Amino acid sequence: MKTDFRYIRRKVFGTMMLGLSLLAALAAVSMLFWILGYTFVKGISAVNLDFFTKLPTPVGVPGGGLANSIVGSIIVVGMAAMMAIPVGIATAIYLSEYGRGAFASTVRFVSDVLAGVPAIVAGIVAYALVVTRMHRFSAFSGSVSLALLMLPIIIRSSEEIFRTVPDTLREASFALGVPKWKTILSIVLKTASGGLVTGTILAIARVGGEAAPLLFTSFSNSFWNFNPGQPIATLPVDLFNYSISPYRDWQQKAWAAALVLVGMVLVLNISARLYLARKGFKRNG
Amino acid sequence: MADKIAVEGLNAWFGKTQALHDINMAVPENSITAIIGPSGCGKSTFIRCINRMHEEIRGAYSGGRVVLDGEDVYGSGVDPVLIRRRLGMVFQKPNPFPTMSIKENVVAGIILNRRLGRHEIDETAETYLKRAALWDEVKDQLNKPGISLSGGQQQRLCIARALAVEPEVLLADEPASALDPISTAKIEDLFTDLKERYTIVVVTHNMQQAARISDRTAFFLSGRLIEYGTTDKIFTNPSDKRTEDYITGRFG
Repeated sequence: MKTDFRYIRRKVFGTMMLGLSLLAALAAVSMLFWILGYTFVKGISAVNLDFFTKLPTPVGVPGGGLANSIVGSIIVVGMAAMMAIPVGIATAIYLSEYGRGAFASTVRFVSDVLAGVPAIVAGIVAYALVVTRMHRFSAFSGSVSLALLMLPIIIRSSEEIFRTVPDTLREASFALGVPKWKTILSIVLKTASGGLVTGTILAIARVGGEAAPLLFTSFSNSFWNFNPGQPIATLPVDLFNYSISPYRDWQQKAWAAALVLVGMVLVLNISARLYLARKGFKRNG
Repeated sequence: MADKIAVEGLNAWFGKTQALHDINMAVPENSITAIIGPSGCGKSTFIRCINRMHEEIRGAYSGGRVVLDGEDVYGSGVDPVLIRRRLGMVFQKPNPFPTMSIKENVVAGIILNRRLGRHEIDETAETYLKRAALWDEVKDQLNKPGISLSGGQQQRLCIARALAVEPEVLLADEPASALDPISTAKIEDLFTDLKERYTIVVVTHNMQQAARISDRTAFFLSGRLIEYGTTDKIFTNPSDKRTEDYITGRFG
């Protein structure tokens, strides 16, 4: 039999390209692991119980921690989520279940544009809307800026998830004489709930690490504050402030803050995936 | 037998495409009427017009009258949501609600509209699972997800769910086309039992099925009702050449 050189050449070429794409994937993943590893190595020495339980100390006074900014981050992101989740999911319901024509495509377009808006712009908007009116920095204004960032992520991910709910289920419900609003609440939302939770957690993880919009909205402080009308410390902002400070001790704390922040994002991501996996398992009986 | 449904001058469109042309036919009470015809002939559109599901499709609309016990389903002041409770429907692919158990699926149409006590739920589920000839197979696993059942069982679950709303008519859109022969036989037996209580209209691709279970058969072609009569007559002595060609397998 005559050897088919063209076939061999194609096979060699195919193998080479596979090797190249593997290499590219490896390079991408190794960068990621390098960042995670470097943060871990630099930060782990400053992560201790005090870091999670104590307030910051003045420069030169050893010890102390960033307990207030960890709690501050949770408060600011939590309030942002409370604003963005209901509005985002309701908008997604409109887009996927009702939205037809020009208004819906405008909403979709605006939310796409909003998704591409730099985080610092969301900060400026919150500054103009809230800070200049309240005449002071506040946790609330920081939440508004984060909510602006979360909103388009939640809208688009929820809309996609609503679209994965098969039309046959909506039809089944209509055919039983169930009104449309009830069908959406009881069938569509329930069937989509796993995906909605996952999408929302990912949106929270996405904005949880934002520093830029918080710099001039929620600002910072070095004591406990639970009043949303007052400035509040957050991990990303402290990370920024501490890392550009000239003090070794503060720089150490910045690394620790980075590690804790990455850890929180990681935990959120993993829990989102676990939640979805468990839901999927249940659904298959 | 009295007429349960009278379709008068029914036309239906998808956007600019007309799917049904001037359909007139009467469906007698407590009988099985089979709708046959090649793919795309408007069979599904026809039964979806009867319970006003056609208009749920974007850009779809219809004209004409569908009279149910003397009342026009399309009359002004008729709420499509309410009329659908009298005209139950079973779809081609079994579609139990994936988040609900077997029991919840059966009563879904009721509990989505009003509250039901725990005892009532159990009783209703049992009644309609029995009526759909599924009770014996699932009575020990009522709390398992509806979608854990086999395809044939899921379809009977969907029939139970449709019956639980207490409709007068059962519309079935190729209910057995996704099922194996044994499950198909069970659905056919079930329909034969159910016609004592309900008026059944069934769309089918399977001409043997139409011949086996139906009292009357309607042959559709290109959106038109070509011939309608007793199943015996249609299958043994059709008046129209096209009907004869179709049932003898010469086209379609």
